[in-house]
Amino acid sequence: MRYLAVRFLQSVFLLLGVSLLSFSFLELAPGDFFQEMRLNPQISPNTVARLRSNYGLDKPMPVRYVRWLASAVRGDFGFSFAYGSPVTPLLLVRARNTLLLAGTATLLAWTLAISLGVLCAARPGSWLDHGCSLLTSILLAIPELLLALCFLALGVRTGWFPAGGMVSPGFEDFTSWHRMSDLLWHMVLPVVVLVLGCLPMLLRHVRAALLEVLDFPFIRAAFGHGIPRRRVLFFHALPASINPLVSLFGFSLGALLSVSLLTEVIMSWPGLGPLLLEAVLAHDIYVVVGAMTFSTLFLVVGTALADLLLFAGDPRIRSEALI
Amino acid sequence: MRPSKAVVLPLVCLAVIHTIVGLAGFFGPYDPAAQNREVPSCPPTRLHWVDRDGGLHLRPFVYGLAEPTGETEQCAEVLHGPYPIQLLVRGTQYRILGVLTSDRHLFGVAAPGHVYVMGTDNYGRDVLSRVLYGGQISLFAGLLATLLSLILGLLLGTLAGFYGGWRDGVIMRGVELFLALPWLYLLLALRAFLPLHTGPRQTFLLLIAVIGFVGWARPARIIRGVVLSAKERSHLLAARSFGGSDLYLLRHHVLPETRSVVLTQAALLIPHYVLAEVTLSFLGLGVSEPIASWGSMLATLQQYHILVSNWWMFYPGVALVLVFLSYGVLSNALQADTAKHGVKWNAYSSLE
Repeated sequence: MRYLAVRFLQSVFLLLGVSLLSFSFLELAPGDFFQEMRLNPQISPNTVARLRSNYGLDKPMPVRYVRWLASAVRGDFGFSFAYGSPVTPLLLVRARNTLLLAGTATLLAWTLAISLGVLCAARPGSWLDHGCSLLTSILLAIPELLLALCFLALGVRTGWFPAGGMVSPGFEDFTSWHRMSDLLWHMVLPVVVLVLGCLPMLLRHVRAALLEVLDFPFIRAAFGHGIPRRRVLFFHALPASINPLVSLFGFSLGALLSVSLLTEVIMSWPGLGPLLLEAVLAHDIYVVVGAMTFSTLFLVVGTALADLLLFAGDPRIRSEALI
Repeated sequence: MRPSKAVVLPLVCLAVIHTIVGLAGFFGPYDPAAQNREVPSCPPTRLHWVDRDGGLHLRPFVYGLAEPTGETEQCAEVLHGPYPIQLLVRGTQYRILGVLTSDRHLFGVAAPGHVYVMGTDNYGRDVLSRVLYGGQISLFAGLLATLLSLILGLLLGTLAGFYGGWRDGVIMRGVELFLALPWLYLLLALRAFLPLHTGPRQTFLLLIAVIGFVGWARPARIIRGVVLSAKERSHLLAARSFGGSDLYLLRHHVLPETRSVVLTQAALLIPHYVLAEVTLSFLGLGVSEPIASWGSMLATLQQYHILVSNWWMFYPGVALVLVFLSYGVLSNALQADTAKHGVKWNAYSSLE
């Protein structure tokens, strides 16, 4: 229990740190959302000053941070100037879309990486192993930005896939089965880009971790006992190599969110990425802070899940934590 | 540490790429900002050896280009000319590294003809010249940002590892914070507080500062590890007992130990930061038009008709892949070298 409590506290501090960091970045920013209005001769300086005090922008930064924090804890992340609406519902919709994309991609990428990685490590030097290492080298040299553009061009030219977006026009009128297939059809390209973007790193690490474990005497003993090969690989070797992979999981989530931002912008997927980009360009500070905090929340929850998995999978951690 | 053969090949590749990009004015036939409005979105000019009468030319030549006609929207070859390709021709003036002025170009054709080896963009600008000049922005932003990151990482990592105590605590919490965040989100948030519309020179410096600052955490953490282990070596303890000052110890015993790690980190970080610059420019947060960057060139592909029909606008991406490939091979070779020389280094220590 203590282990979990410590992890939870760490996550809370991380979230606090992130929000404070983004707040202080924005504090250093020259100008704010109402900066542009000041240049407009039709709006008097008094009006701008009133607007700023309405939104609390005239208060010093610590006061604003504490007030923001107090409302954020209650689930209210402030007010978007550009959209003229509270930030929270805006973020929730976008975060759901990003989660849909990133979650599917994570699941697929890890499934692929683990199955391929185990098979490669089982027979190092086989044609499968060589093929995989060639594939990872090639994929590592292609930045995701380019990958997304190439796949979009491919999809558009062949007409097999929609040119970006999340749903087709008229989505509201579709039957539920039709809606589902439409959504899936739109998800194919971004998910493929995300999976290909993070697969090489995962594959390399899974293979390396497995190779290390396969050298242990207990694996040889397991083979000696006549346990089937596949069972040894997936039920004996894989759980033993889970420790480095779990720390990789948290790391891969962060990388995935970054790649996801680009992919969302290129494929015009209405996720957190395009929202953050617009907000940055418009100095819409609460949206920026909110999007940063939300993305960190993703990471924290993801890492916590991974830790729980490790807790369940690695007896050494459990005994350490109980002491 | 003597570099192995595997290190030399990618280094040569990189040297060639950087030389060509550095001498963009010489290798590119045109001014990157000069617009030829008559031939926008022109596919790469075809080189001919055989003219329309079947005569063989020893020197490759090109035909003239006609304005795009309404139906195809692509400029066609008209058979006026031929204009033979000439080497070392005089053309527009350019400056090398901001000092030397010259007007010699590696190749070109005589006046009314045009040779666009990589085609033209939608304003009728030569893509080859823009790729080369854009490389100056993208590659050198990556290099300088890496330098900044490594300097920050060395300073803070050494401070944390060598002195320990509360400094170590504070710096390592900062490292965890910066490593926990998705770097692109961080980059955007940091870019948000900087003025968006500035002169190209300021923007370039801002980009370098932002990218370099965001990335300090990873080198700092790794360098701290190396310093921690170096601090306990017996030769260092001996030097300390002879009365060596901290500065002396750092300079002669600790920093040399970090050299191979710093080199490996540089090979990992440079392509990463080149990509960061490309990404920011792609998102419209980088150096503004008419100055080229690989990112802003790729950004034109976000327009539907360009993505569908102007495949040659992918050329900056090809250049990017070449750079990535060279750095990838280089960093692999460096890591293999370091592993051979007994310093503890494996795939995980880049994550830990």
